[in-house]
Amino acid sequence: MDGTLKPTAAVAVGGARLRMTAEAIVIPLASVCAAAALFSLFLLFLGKSPGQFFALIWQGGFGSSFSIQNTLQRSSPIILTALAFAVPAIIGLTMIGAEGALVLGGFAAAVTALPLIALGVPVGLTLPLVAVAAMATGAGLIMIVGWLRHARSVNETISSLLLTYIAIATMSFFVEGLLRDPGSANKPSTTPIGKDYMVGSIPGTDVHWGFVAGLVLAVALWVLMARTTFGFAARVTGGNPRAAKAQGLPVGGLILACSAISGACAGLAGFFEVTAIHGQANASLVAGYGFAGILVSFLGRHNPLAIVPIAILFGAIEASGGLIQRRMGLPDATSALLQGLIFVLLLASDTLHGRLAIFREREAR
Amino acid sequence: MSSARLTRRSLLKTSAAGLGAAMLPFGLPRAALAQEALTIGVVYVGPKDDFGWNQAHAVSMDILKGVPGVTVVEEENVPETGACAKSMESMINLDGATLILGTSFGYFDPFMVDLANKYPDIQFRHAAPLWSADKHPMNLGGYFCYLNQAHFVDGVAAALSSTTGKIGFVAAKPIPTVLSNINSVLLGARSVRPDATVQVIFTGDWSLPVREAEAANALVDAGCDVLTCHVDGPKVVIETAEARGVKCCGHNASQAALAPNGFITGAEYKWETIYTMYADMLAKGEALPNVVVGGYHNDMVRNTAYGAGATPEAIAAADAAIADLKAGKPIYAGPLKDNAGNVVIDKIYDNYDPFLDGMGYLLEGVIGSTT
Repeated sequence: MDGTLKPTAAVAVGGARLRMTAEAIVIPLASVCAAAALFSLFLLFLGKSPGQFFALIWQGGFGSSFSIQNTLQRSSPIILTALAFAVPAIIGLTMIGAEGALVLGGFAAAVTALPLIALGVPVGLTLPLVAVAAMATGAGLIMIVGWLRHARSVNETISSLLLTYIAIATMSFFVEGLLRDPGSANKPSTTPIGKDYMVGSIPGTDVHWGFVAGLVLAVALWVLMARTTFGFAARVTGGNPRAAKAQGLPVGGLILACSAISGACAGLAGFFEVTAIHGQANASLVAGYGFAGILVSFLGRHNPLAIVPIAILFGAIEASGGLIQRRMGLPDATSALLQGLIFVLLLASDTLHGRLAIFREREAR
Repeated sequence: MSSARLTRRSLLKTSAAGLGAAMLPFGLPRAALAQEALTIGVVYVGPKDDFGWNQAHAVSMDILKGVPGVTVVEEENVPETGACAKSMESMINLDGATLILGTSFGYFDPFMVDLANKYPDIQFRHAAPLWSADKHPMNLGGYFCYLNQAHFVDGVAAALSSTTGKIGFVAAKPIPTVLSNINSVLLGARSVRPDATVQVIFTGDWSLPVREAEAANALVDAGCDVLTCHVDGPKVVIETAEARGVKCCGHNASQAALAPNGFITGAEYKWETIYTMYADMLAKGEALPNVVVGGYHNDMVRNTAYGAGATPEAIAAADAAIADLKAGKPIYAGPLKDNAGNVVIDKIYDNYDPFLDGMGYLLEGVIGSTT
């Protein structure tokens, strides 16, 4: 995994660092523009106006206070799941289990909230406890993957994907059986936690606090991964695990810690889905946020700070997707096509890193 | 609007007038409809061309698009998350929609309930009978068609088109509406062929194409020579049946085109009866009923035109069954036992009796288990 937070970034100084930052911003931006250009050709081929398309994305994503709130609301879970991908990516792991950690974390939130509410624990104490339960559950799930990777050399991509299926099936098993609210006849769900115990919105908006949690975590994780010895050790391990081991770095512990952070981020996203949106756990938790986060993290080159604006951009594409269906008569797959184009071009653009003369150090010429 | 039951009764009373008008959308005075432009926002959980639940709604909305003065705005593939609330809100804020139709079960609570409270001037209607006057806002409501009546007819036609008398049923989840469809197929089949059985396999979720194909193949291997199903998109089951050379009955929308050789008939929703009624009432400035439920007696379900798989006896018996249902003949005529031998239906229940909405069992003659 070739992240922005590369080991060399820590030792680069002055102009070199500036050039590296510029490279990390310009190349992804250029690939997004190239994707937009290709997509415009596709629209022209269909006889639709690219101008109208991008105007609608603006209108539906940022054009009014309603649109902005719509965008931010949709980006909230994606920021958290993108962080869940980015942190293991920095240590060299392609961990795609955020969907499972989100679902299981949300399920844990719904399940731990009910007895606390029944015991009359005040809401100010219940919600933090429930959030911890959700994060711990998510962390536990992804730590299994990290441990298998380190101790048994099991490919983390495969095992995290398979554990996602197990996580979803586990939730379904309980939601459709033991923990099913008898009132939820045609849509099996856990008992609702009730309005009084829901996480509210940021005052003056209808964006829930999960967005703020995402912002805070993005900054905190950037500091952790870019400005601490822990982060340095993780980046060294990401660069070359064997060399890291030879240097005496606790590679296993680092992998487990990054896995735990990853699972906790996704579990927190599940917590907000349950306590701010659904009020109960059911199959609607499986909404693909975990997989959307992978794309966003790649676009941000696994930099926690870059993830925020990109998640917001994706929130805007999602928010305006409906408007595009309604106004232009394009099918829902249109937005997915645009996202897919961006992703493919972005992956392809990886090859440009370090090859463009403009970003090279002058002395090397 | 006091309760679903009363609403239904009042609907029944006025069905001759109200639904008569509703069935003739193109015969309405154009001026009446054109008076005030009406924008209807519709949200679907899957693709509009899924050969199933979503398509059944979408083809009905296509009929409304032809009505002067009515604008239809649609969104497909909208998940049952905060996204559905935002899509509906976007239709209200950006498109000026004044009637929002949410066609997926999970849109209702909390999303449509919260939105109805937030936008008291907008009408919200949801495609399931979940609304209740004491719990929910008055600008919200529900509508539902009892598809099990059309599945009863499927059962009749299937039993008489089959050689083995074994009907296979691929089902999504063991929830009341699905169980009622399975049981209705059985009761329909046994009404004309007392030794008929229905073998059911639950896939576990609404859209699992691979597992649906596996289940369909397993049922054919077990000796079933007619397949039907209750999953979101019946395409896979119908195509698998056709490929294996057995007959099939459809579900949700018309799948006749997918099985030119083996298609018998299918259970179809007739949402246009409700949608055209809504448009008509809004055009006249009338208040929409909170709850509309129905079946064969008020033209809210139908069976797909008989295909090549239907035998002449099957067609005659199915037509007779449809006439009986239109006249209100009850499907669940107890006492009936479940397939573990317990009496679960003690007496004769009206086809709309709320008792039946809580069904949690498979009747005697169904091979399979809810757990």
